[in-house]
Amino acid sequence: MQIELTRSPAVRRLLKSRWPQLTILTLLLGGFLLAIASGWAGTPVGSANFGIIFVWIAWWALLILLVVPLTGRGWCAICPIPAPGEWLQRRAVLEPTERKPGWPHYRWPKRLRNIWLQNLSFMLLALFSAVILTTPRATAIVLAAMLFLALGLSLIFERRSFCRYLCPVSGFIGLYSQAAPLELRVRDKRLCRSCEDKPCYNGSEKGHGCPWQVFPGGLARNTSCGLCLECLRTCPKDNIVLQTRPFGADLRQPSRKMDEAFKAFLMVGAAVAYTGILLGPWGGLKQAAYRAGSLAWGGYAAAFLAFTWLLIPGFFALAVGAGQRIARNTQPLRPAFTAFTAGLIPLGLAFWAAFSLSFVMANATYVLSALSDPFGWGWNLFGTAGLAWKPLPMGLLPSLQVLILVGGLLWSIRTIQRTGAELKTSSLPVAVFQAGLTCLMLGLLL
Amino acid sequence: MSRKRRVIVFAVILLGLGWLFTPLPAGAARPVQRTIRVEASQFAYQPAVIQVNQGDTVTLEIVSTDVVHGFYVDEYGVSATADPGQTARLTFVADRGGTFRIRCNQPCGPLHPFMLGELRVGPNTGLVRAIGLIAFATLAAVIATPPALISRES
Repeated sequence: MQIELTRSPAVRRLLKSRWPQLTILTLLLGGFLLAIASGWAGTPVGSANFGIIFVWIAWWALLILLVVPLTGRGWCAICPIPAPGEWLQRRAVLEPTERKPGWPHYRWPKRLRNIWLQNLSFMLLALFSAVILTTPRATAIVLAAMLFLALGLSLIFERRSFCRYLCPVSGFIGLYSQAAPLELRVRDKRLCRSCEDKPCYNGSEKGHGCPWQVFPGGLARNTSCGLCLECLRTCPKDNIVLQTRPFGADLRQPSRKMDEAFKAFLMVGAAVAYTGILLGPWGGLKQAAYRAGSLAWGGYAAAFLAFTWLLIPGFFALAVGAGQRIARNTQPLRPAFTAFTAGLIPLGLAFWAAFSLSFVMANATYVLSALSDPFGWGWNLFGTAGLAWKPLPMGLLPSLQVLILVGGLLWSIRTIQRTGAELKTSSLPVAVFQAGLTCLMLGLLL
Repeated sequence: MSRKRRVIVFAVILLGLGWLFTPLPAGAARPVQRTIRVEASQFAYQPAVIQVNQGDTVTLEIVSTDVVHGFYVDEYGVSATADPGQTARLTFVADRGGTFRIRCNQPCGPLHPFMLGELRVGPNTGLVRAIGLIAFATLAAVIATPPALISRES
């Protein structure tokens, strides 16, 4: 159901004002800097360190269980990482100024205008994730590196090149935002075509040009729109709308890009791998994942890469090929291969939700204790520092995970059936592949 | 969707629901007393999976081989702490069937939150039911939406 949220004058006024966004962003930037500080200078015990607990339990749970499924790129709208660089780039925190920055703003290299670098940066984090997720200093280094990389790139390249092409988090948020029931679009595309100055892209005295390098008049999918709302502020014709829509609306016109297809494989593969490594009972596997640089880690990394980059895409390609054979479709494999990966979007989202619920529910009590004693220095700011660890009631967890996975699978089958019909090829083998992957995930979870 | 197809889908859904509530063989072994030695070390338990039958009285002798480790069983709520070199004993009646995660509840190093084991009481019927449900759901989805129907929709 489509409800135009910006139809309400109060909502439009609220969203046009930069203050609410800036307030949230500033608070988050404070939290982000505290996470870096506590990770660097606080206790090395991960379960007592604000950096670890707030980034990998509190933020991650909110992101993957609520923000991405419901708002898509809602997090990107308030993400503190690109903020300092963007303020420097614009030489303004709120409204645009006349002052121009004294450094060049190159365009991002044409060859890199895709999400392959985001796939690589995500994979790099994934390979070291056992260390990053559990070692406060490693988390601090990664967070600080992202902050400085975003800052540095914003001084060299135009707009939010870091977010658009490099950020490992932005890549998967963009992918999964296609499933979200919220979108920013233009009301009437004809108005955009006749608009000469295109202030939504180029900026005006009312606001900045799109930081995500997107012309809103051509928006068809959520992938690259960061919901920063600048276009809402600059459009002289109030032609930009924020509206609800059915879940998965973008999946009706799946992307045919190989970089996005591989993002879907990487995300599904990483969810399965993490579930086995982190939630399984195999201590040797955990040690191998943790001892970065060792021979065991080399084997783990090779297996992880082979699983996510070769095994899953390989079996998927076989399934797509089998579907074409069944339908006696002689078209090339590539378009069908990329289009069918749309089905991995709801499935991947379900995998990540089911995986995250397990460790978030088990470790949620750490959030309260870390809040009272963020550095693990014996503080007790809110009287909750001494709270004993206790998992949330886990009795309903398996049923909840089964429901999420079955729901994700049905949604993904529905998605590939539509794709199969459009391409005149059978979706049955891909459905069987997805059901098999879901069974594997269930086997690891239950 | 044609009437015939609707009937088949309905039948598959009924079968799926039936599968969820059909009693599965739970293993007819008589309850016994079991003593199992468990070694805890960073960041695993050995054996990683403890298999018992429903109704067994289980005594776990937990020995830590490096630092202090905890031993907490989800849903059962029972726990013990194992100091290095000393044997901690934990006795309980395995009266609830299913698979339960064992967690270390004493911070023991970087991977502490992920130091997990499994207690399996009886066969893993939850997994068998879930996989059956996946099979029925896939079948229902495939039958419910034939390609021709989607072409017309889109």
